Amino acid sequence: MIWVNALVQGVLLGGLYALLAAGLSLMFGVMRIVNLAHGTLALGAAYLGYVLVDSTGVSPFVALVVVVPVMAVVGYTIQWGLLNRALAMGGLAPLLATFGVAIVLAQLLQETFSADSRTLQVGTIGIRSFSIGDDIFVGWLQLIILGAGIAVIVGLQLFLSRTGTGRAMRACSDDVETARLMGIDSRHMYAVAASLAIATVGLAGMFQGMRTQFAPASGDMLLIFAFEAVIIGGLGSLWGTLLGAVTLGVAQVVGAQVDPSYGVLIGHLVFLSVLAFRPTGLLPKMVTA
Amino acid sequence: MTTTLPTAPTAPAATMPRVRRSTRASWVGLAVAVPLTVVLALAPYYLDRGSQGSLVSLFSLVVMASMWNLLAGYGGMVSIGQQAYIGIGAYALVYLTSTAGLGPFVAVPVTMVLAGLVAIPISFLAFRLSGGYFAIGTWVIAEVARLVIVQFDSLGAGAGTSLMAFNDLTPGRRIAYVYWLGLAGVVLAVLVTYLLMRSRVGLGFTAIRDDDLAAASLGVRVTRSKRLVFVVAAMGTALAGAMVAASTLRVQPDSVFALNWTALMIFIVVIGGIGTVEGPIIGAIVLFALQQWLADLGTWYLIILGAVAIVITLFLPRGLWGLVSGNGRVRMFPVGYRLLAPAGRGVTARGEAGSAAPPAERP
Repeated sequence: MIWVNALVQGVLLGGLYALLAAGLSLMFGVMRIVNLAHGTLALGAAYLGYVLVDSTGVSPFVALVVVVPVMAVVGYTIQWGLLNRALAMGGLAPLLATFGVAIVLAQLLQETFSADSRTLQVGTIGIRSFSIGDDIFVGWLQLIILGAGIAVIVGLQLFLSRTGTGRAMRACSDDVETARLMGIDSRHMYAVAASLAIATVGLAGMFQGMRTQFAPASGDMLLIFAFEAVIIGGLGSLWGTLLGAVTLGVAQVVGAQVDPSYGVLIGHLVFLSVLAFRPTGLLPKMVTA
Repeated sequence: MTTTLPTAPTAPAATMPRVRRSTRASWVGLAVAVPLTVVLALAPYYLDRGSQGSLVSLFSLVVMASMWNLLAGYGGMVSIGQQAYIGIGAYALVYLTSTAGLGPFVAVPVTMVLAGLVAIPISFLAFRLSGGYFAIGTWVIAEVARLVIVQFDSLGAGAGTSLMAFNDLTPGRRIAYVYWLGLAGVVLAVLVTYLLMRSRVGLGFTAIRDDDLAAASLGVRVTRSKRLVFVVAAMGTALAGAMVAASTLRVQPDSVFALNWTALMIFIVVIGGIGTVEGPIIGAIVLFALQQWLADLGTWYLIILGAVAIVITLFLPRGLWGLVSGNGRVRMFPVGYRLLAPAGRGVTARGEAGSAAPPAERP
């Protein structure tokens, strides 16, 4: 039963990774940018939430109402002011620019908040759980995060396939020149996609902060886990990303069950095995995103 | 492939264009570089230990940045996992000198060979990914290397270990030896980059950079060339890692496998000028000066450096060396060819083949 419980906890953890990975997947899908600042931005959102909670005393769930829109604006601004220019430069510029943002932001967080660990206090909901049978415990917060992860993935999928803006975004992804000829403002579309992506990153960062401790250096791991979820699932498929996130979560929790120091390592090894034996991922290109 | 190499006609007729590699700048460069190397080589006889130690850290930066430049600037592979080889180099030096009992200066080349051997299987995994995903993939591999090494109690696990190999030397001698090792590393890194990029491999990379599909169809062995550069860069970065271990005498997993090593490499190369032999040297000197100047500002120098690197990426893609050299017209290390018009006047630098600078703005 201990393993079944590990499996359940892994799936729940996968919810957070899905939430993290969705934005990475979206930005790559629409502008072919791999945002190396992804994890650091998630962490920035958690610190923003921390400042709000600390200064006003509201619940982190209330702080989400401020943090997520702020992150959306941040996403739009970064794309508009920085990454559109980097895309026009071509070559390695977008990658180098996002890497620069990641390092600078992480160091700024370190300077501002010191290297101490923080957490977002959510009160009793953070520790309350219900049990299935005798050995399986499901935390309410974890369940909320998993629900949010699935909702974001489904929502993005519907947005991209059903709405006019989503169609315009996919058009820019397929052929930006032709999309421009059709009257689509690709720079604006890119910025909207980035603002959506960074808003979901903000949500993920806040949840991470509620779930566990965070420090300026923990953004690194968030980017790596998001990336592993995307690759395990298969590029260009949001459903694949969800499956990859759950796979990664299960691998980490089961690995940690074997030995607490193995959790992250087993996750990496599952990722490397997928890379070696099934490089297209588990659910390759079923739906374009 | 044999016909794609431009060859200079043996008897240049008046109407035939001539192709030339060396320029006046490259002769001046040689005339400066050789005496400078000799002056630097004699430094242990006239510099105090502290300055030698600082120069060793500058040398290690030049070596690691040159290797990152080889990967990204010429090979188009942005790795953010080069700290894997810094760590492997540092740990291999400790292991080979303590457990295997090799002398430190025999251990350094063995360390490089080991890192190269490790990099071959890694390349097969990493090459499944491209672009930005390749970048994060290399980082995951570096994390795996760190997590595996901390499992070994004999290597000090999470706390790290010390390099004892120099314990029977006086501090003055030890620093002088490490200094010469560092200087030799710089000469090796610059020469290898220069010679590799002058060679057929370098020419192939220029073709790959412009269009890898077209290059492959012309017979350029794209993956093989990339793997060669990946392995050479791993060896060179491990040398830099061994230099770091030899100068600090302390190897800790969290510091030798830190992402900040790769951040420094990237900022140095971007600021100095990506895709040029000179760029990493210029960038490392700039970084070194900043480090000395902003030493009491803590991490602020990294923030300033990162911000400068972003601005340079967006507005000055050829970096400081591009500014100095007039976008590649002046080259101390000519890796390309220069087409001379029949009248004997040089055509613009844009006609130069083999200058693996990043592509100019695309329409």
